[in-house]
Amino acid sequence: MNIRLKTLTTGITDVSPLMIPVVPFGIIFGVIGMELGLSPYMTFGMSIIIFGGASQIVLLQLFSGGASSLVAITSVGAVNSRHLLYGAVFSEYLSHLKLSWKVILSYVLIDQAFAVSNTYFKKNKENEFKHYHLLGAGFTCWTVWQISTILGIVLGSVIPEELGLSFTISLTFLALLINDFRKFKNVTVMFVSGIVATIGYNTIPFQAYIIVAALSALLVATLLTLINLKKK
Amino acid sequence: MIFLLKEDLLNDKAKKVLSYVPSAIFPAIIFPPIFLDGTGSLDLESNPKILAAIFAIIVGYFSKNILATIFAGLISYWFLIFVYY
Repeated sequence: MNIRLKTLTTGITDVSPLMIPVVPFGIIFGVIGMELGLSPYMTFGMSIIIFGGASQIVLLQLFSGGASSLVAITSVGAVNSRHLLYGAVFSEYLSHLKLSWKVILSYVLIDQAFAVSNTYFKKNKENEFKHYHLLGAGFTCWTVWQISTILGIVLGSVIPEELGLSFTISLTFLALLINDFRKFKNVTVMFVSGIVATIGYNTIPFQAYIIVAALSALLVATLLTLINLKKK
Repeated sequence: MIFLLKEDLLNDKAKKVLSYVPSAIFPAIIFPPIFLDGTGSLDLESNPKILAAIFAIIVGYFSKNILATIFAGLISYWFLIFVYY
């Protein structure tokens, strides 16, 4: 029991510093949700059901732009697809667990929890309770997110626009990419995605710019991967 | 998102491409709000977000620290909008 508790608390402490930018992120989400006219329950419900900041923000952006459900779902799916990567990486450490554990861990798995738990798993492979790290990290993220959302819903119109908190969203995602800045191929992919998205924002109908940008960028990524493999 | 994955379901090539997913998706969310203003037109001249983002990128590249990147971007942004613009 002691190892489990210790691993759990390690997870909580490891992820805590990363929670600082999550708070304004969650607040922004709550604020935007209310601004768009969603009911408090709907806004909060999104945080509970979806539990993915990027996806929720994208969903709000698309709804306000008048996207169809199909585009919205596909875009959110595209944004969420990075969880496939997380799942693939973690299957090495977690595939032996019972289904109920997998469901819970999958639910609380988000970018920050993945980042810290991945580091922990690599260093602590012998710990048979290492999944408690993810449990601790994930639930901390979850709690902080829900509270921040509620704060945003409550604070609503009180926060001044000039603070540019929506810029925080861009910054948070930018920060999640820093590990890839050093890799030339990744940077190329990033530019393709960003440029297509920026041009497509006004030119592509049905608010599909995210999907189109992501697919274009992935196409480039696949090409780069194949070219690289051929060289070897 | 609830997700379950069997081990070895994805082969090495697929994993390689998947590793590009964050690089492919996030910029689609990051670029438009930075480069486009409220009406959706390209705003390159008096745009503090671009400068703040560049500063954040530089800090991120050298520090490899997520928090430092975000704060660098925010502080430079606030500095720019309150002092210059």
